Amino acid sequence: MPPKTDQPGPNRPPKAGAVSEPAQTTGPNRAATTVTDQPTAPTAAVLRPAPLEIRDATFGYARRPVSEHLDLRIPEGSFTAIIGPNACGKSTLLRAVARLLAPTAGQVLLDGRSIAEYRSKEVARRLGLLPQTSLAPDGISVAELVSRGRYPHQKITRQWTSDDERAVAEAMAATSVTELSGRLVDELSGGQRQRVWVAMVLAQQTPLLLLDEPTTFLDIAHQIELLELFTDLHRSGHTLVAVLHDLNHAARYATHLVAMRDGRVIAEGPPAEVMTADLVHEVFELPCRVVPDPETGTPMVVPLARRRDTP
Amino acid sequence: MSTHPTQERETVVNPARNPAPGPASATEQPPLYVDFGRPTWIWRRLGTALRVDRRTALVCGVLTAAVLVLGVLTLGTGSISLTPAQVLTALTDPGSDRRARLVVMDWRLPRLLFALVCGAALAISGALFQSLTKNPLGSPDIIGFSSGSYAGASVVMLLLGTANYLAIATGSLIGGAATALVVYLLAYRHGLHPFRLIIVGIAVGAGLSSLTSMLLLSVSPQQAMLAATWAAGSLSGLGFEQLGPTIAVFLVLLICSTATVRPLTQLELGDDAAVALGVRANRARLAGTVVGVALTALVTAAVGPIAFVALAAPQIAQRLTRSSTTLRIVPAALTGALVLVAADFAAQRVELPVGVVTVCVGGAYLAWLLARQYATRR
Repeated sequence: MPPKTDQPGPNRPPKAGAVSEPAQTTGPNRAATTVTDQPTAPTAAVLRPAPLEIRDATFGYARRPVSEHLDLRIPEGSFTAIIGPNACGKSTLLRAVARLLAPTAGQVLLDGRSIAEYRSKEVARRLGLLPQTSLAPDGISVAELVSRGRYPHQKITRQWTSDDERAVAEAMAATSVTELSGRLVDELSGGQRQRVWVAMVLAQQTPLLLLDEPTTFLDIAHQIELLELFTDLHRSGHTLVAVLHDLNHAARYATHLVAMRDGRVIAEGPPAEVMTADLVHEVFELPCRVVPDPETGTPMVVPLARRRDTP
Repeated sequence: MSTHPTQERETVVNPARNPAPGPASATEQPPLYVDFGRPTWIWRRLGTALRVDRRTALVCGVLTAAVLVLGVLTLGTGSISLTPAQVLTALTDPGSDRRARLVVMDWRLPRLLFALVCGAALAISGALFQSLTKNPLGSPDIIGFSSGSYAGASVVMLLLGTANYLAIATGSLIGGAATALVVYLLAYRHGLHPFRLIIVGIAVGAGLSSLTSMLLLSVSPQQAMLAATWAAGSLSGLGFEQLGPTIAVFLVLLICSTATVRPLTQLELGDDAAVALGVRANRARLAGTVVGVALTALVTAAVGPIAFVALAAPQIAQRLTRSSTTLRIVPAALTGALVLVAADFAAQRVELPVGVVTVCVGGAYLAWLLARQYATRR
């Protein structure tokens, strides 16, 4: 039945749009297959579970607490998305977990031990962060930048072991930036650059990945491409914690949602349970309807149209 | 951890070009080699594993050769002229012509070695601060640390009236460190912003220079002349007795600076990324600052303030090696040594203190740098 196939129904292969995107920047199909298949085998063996827990923690800037007495447990092996309005404390939370900010009270536990008790490099071997703002030095090549992710594994006399080289090669393959290897980071497009930074964090070979608004500043195609990549990483055994702005992306890709407001966790759980019209209204003060995503069946937030009186 | 399948030297040039990028298949291994886009040598042997950029290695080789050639020429230059052959004989053969040996070994070699060590020390100091401030203008001679060292040394020389090398060196170190502390405190507001640090440093440096001038005016003309000659930055009149301690301290600082290179290079990615990669940011910055100030103070105590080598040498080295960071100790140090030896060679020809030569050449470079920074910022 020809008309049926034209409709954007559930029969359409869902990956069609996303997979064709990397082909523009890198090689043909190879890029797509590398993304989906490669990371599973080599990286999964290295990964060990690293549960992350925040216990009764208070943190903020300059004695102004953003969050007080916060408790949160990141489920092992989950793709957790933290959502909430601007200045709700979600990035602060991520910064505290990544040790960029010390809690003034309470603690962050990594593998059951307070994160403050670890040596810096030891934390960096278990937990990687894709920062919100990052600076690539002028004239640095892609391979050079990705290699910087090996820092916690290196010593002054052992800066480029075969393990380092393998990790960097695998990270670049997983993010389809191998072809860009020798190019300068300044010359790349925004989407390519973000994938290079993801590769740098992957080269760190940590079971836990923290992503601070990874899709901001990217166009929709590159956002989806990156989220698909994160899904692949999640499937290959990584635990992901991402601050996401787009509720529909969060609901579609995450396995666990944490909704925050005013420094407090309002709700957490699987997207299908958490993402309701009431919650969105409570957290964002946005009147909306939540309908099933026609592609995946996950909750989709549709803001209500404002009624305007015609003069 | 130390398992090495091949305990031998691997030399890979443009490795990723070699394995054919095969078609996509589920069993395909990702390429094991990383292509850096430029020829790279990899050394994995004796428990070490290092990656050396070929261009950087070649540049370092050429710089070393240039320093050696210029050094031999310098040793032959002066009121008694010697050919390079005579210089080499005097250097290597203890039984050679005693007059030539006296001139080369006792009179001129200390001066040359001072130029080498001071040039290298200034360049490393500049590289550290330019990396810390992420700005080519953030070198110790611009942000007032040299002025601080100079003021400290002047106080010791003029007010305490001593010409003791160790006393001057101590004064210079204290002056430099105190200036660094004052500049950091004044520039600190919700973190250390590089541009604010540079502006505050320039202001503090200007203040210290006028303080030193005031000090010069308040003492006897003879003392002032002595201090002024020293203040122009001169390599003449230095002998082996000052050289020993200078080289010893330099070697210690060289090792310390090597240890700070990796964390400081990571900090160039931004604090967040660096901390997430396991760098202790404040500790690394403190270590870099202390080593940088000490290197500047070492030079100032020995030969007086020599401007612009710290500013220019790391930048020249970075352009020669086409590196992504100014913080590459070996090329920067070799460039600094070459620049100062060349400046001293020129200074001897025109009979001026070497500091005057570096100011003249460096001033033009600074003007160009400012013009270019302004042009790219718009």
